[in-house]
Amino acid sequence: MKKVEAIVRDEKLSVAKEALKALGVAGMTVTEVKGHGTQKGITEVYRGRQYAVDLLPKIKIEAVVDDKDVKKVTDAICEVSRTGSIGDGKIFVSSVDEIIRIRTGETGEKAI
Amino acid sequence: MSRISYVFILMFVLMAISSQTAWAQDGLDTGDNAWILTSSALVLLMTPGLAFFYGGMSSVKNINNMIMMVFLCMCLASVQWVFWGYSLSFSEGNWMIGGLSTVGLHGITPESLSGTISEYTFVAFQATFAIITVALILGAVEGRMKFGACALFIPLWATAVYDPVCHWVWGGGWAGNLGILDFAGGTVVHINSGAAALALCLVLGRRKAANIRPPANVPMIALGAGLLWFGWFGFNAGSELAADGRAAFAWVVTNTCTATAAFTWVVCEWIHRGKPTLLGLASGAVAGLVAITPASGFVGPLGSIQIGIMAGVGCYFASVKMKAALGYDDALDVVGVHGIGGTIGAFATGLYCTKMVMGPDGVDGFFIGWGAEGINQLGLQCLGFLSTWAYAFVATLAVAYVVKATVGLRTTEEQENTGLDLALHGEAGYCLETAPVGNLKS
Repeated sequence: MKKVEAIVRDEKLSVAKEALKALGVAGMTVTEVKGHGTQKGITEVYRGRQYAVDLLPKIKIEAVVDDKDVKKVTDAICEVSRTGSIGDGKIFVSSVDEIIRIRTGETGEKAI
Repeated sequence: MSRISYVFILMFVLMAISSQTAWAQDGLDTGDNAWILTSSALVLLMTPGLAFFYGGMSSVKNINNMIMMVFLCMCLASVQWVFWGYSLSFSEGNWMIGGLSTVGLHGITPESLSGTISEYTFVAFQATFAIITVALILGAVEGRMKFGACALFIPLWATAVYDPVCHWVWGGGWAGNLGILDFAGGTVVHINSGAAALALCLVLGRRKAANIRPPANVPMIALGAGLLWFGWFGFNAGSELAADGRAAFAWVVTNTCTATAAFTWVVCEWIHRGKPTLLGLASGAVAGLVAITPASGFVGPLGSIQIGIMAGVGCYFASVKMKAALGYDDALDVVGVHGIGGTIGAFATGLYCTKMVMGPDGVDGFFIGWGAEGINQLGLQCLGFLSTWAYAFVATLAVAYVVKATVGLRTTEEQENTGLDLALHGEAGYCLETAPVGNLKS
């Protein structure tokens, strides 16, 4: 079991969600996050007072999938979320030790 | 007959009886009275408008505090006005301040007249000016003034600064007698509040850099500016104190100057900073409203456009450059917009005032007549705004030190870091979480 954490542009949430649904990914958690990578941020000016905003809003999608599905899922997210400009985001994949469905107490892959 | 027919017949009979008994007081013009009562309501609405204008510009953690301070002026300045404010401003007195003959509105009856309107109409109209003048100052103190200090400052300042300056110009004091022109309050309202804001923010001191935040809600600033623009027609066209052609004239020049200044401010920042902003548009509109205030019953439409350009450019650079250069922490630019805008308007009144609007007893300003009369008027205008700046600055320093010595002026650093909404009021401006973030205590 792997956790796929994809950080994408906020306007890409709906297409990424549809792409994951089409692959049969059972569930996901979506968070509004702020951060920066290569993209340097923007400068806002209010009556001449400048605020350098170096943490930009992004969307984090977390989904836990079977090991065999990881490649499919990450490819799909990359494909729909890519614009080619700086600020497209990143995907992190990590191992998940255990999953427990609270309602039934099921564990492991059955609980995905 | 149905019940509704009886109601109609009863209404008709009552109307017939009441029209027999209602009579116009000698000298009261019902049209004038109706317009000034309407204007009073318009000007009163400017104070909530100002609350939105300032609230939107505040940091998200001080937004309630800012709005509440402005509303507090409606509470305290209204009552101060009835107790002694009106008397000190408008009753018979000396060159400096009015007397105490109408304390508690004593002796004013529904039959009392002020010109062609009821004296109570005049009391109401002028009350709304006193309220907004105090409220304007509070934009300078965002995020660092004790609420109790604010509650003490409002009646003290209204008494020590607003009432005398109002008497100077409109209540029979020296400025009005000398012929200094101020149609609707460029000196009384705007220079007065701008100079007071400078004094108060100097006594309060600067905010910590980390507590200077971007505006919490820019669309709300636009809403506030819209309400101010709307209410200002009562402010300027109502200051004619009659429903006549000159009131309509004041309406037109007010709108024209405001429109010009709003766009001019946007153009300035577009050239200077590269991008036009909504905050700039709203600020420019208020700067234009301020600048046309002293001039509105005296200048022609083309003069008002030129005043609008001067206000847009002048107030933009006063807010963006002058504040940074001089280093005072006037949070929401009360000095830059109201102090400088009022000064531009008071000066420009001497340039553009015209007999075409003022009638044969009026004055042709310097740019209209190119004569000694215009130069003389310009000198008077300078005397008017310089003395208002000086008096308001010094008297406000005194009031601020009195408040500082009694209840204290400034909040603690911890309160400022938390934000005054939570630290002083226990109330957040925005609660947007759908999930419960606390437990309900019954």
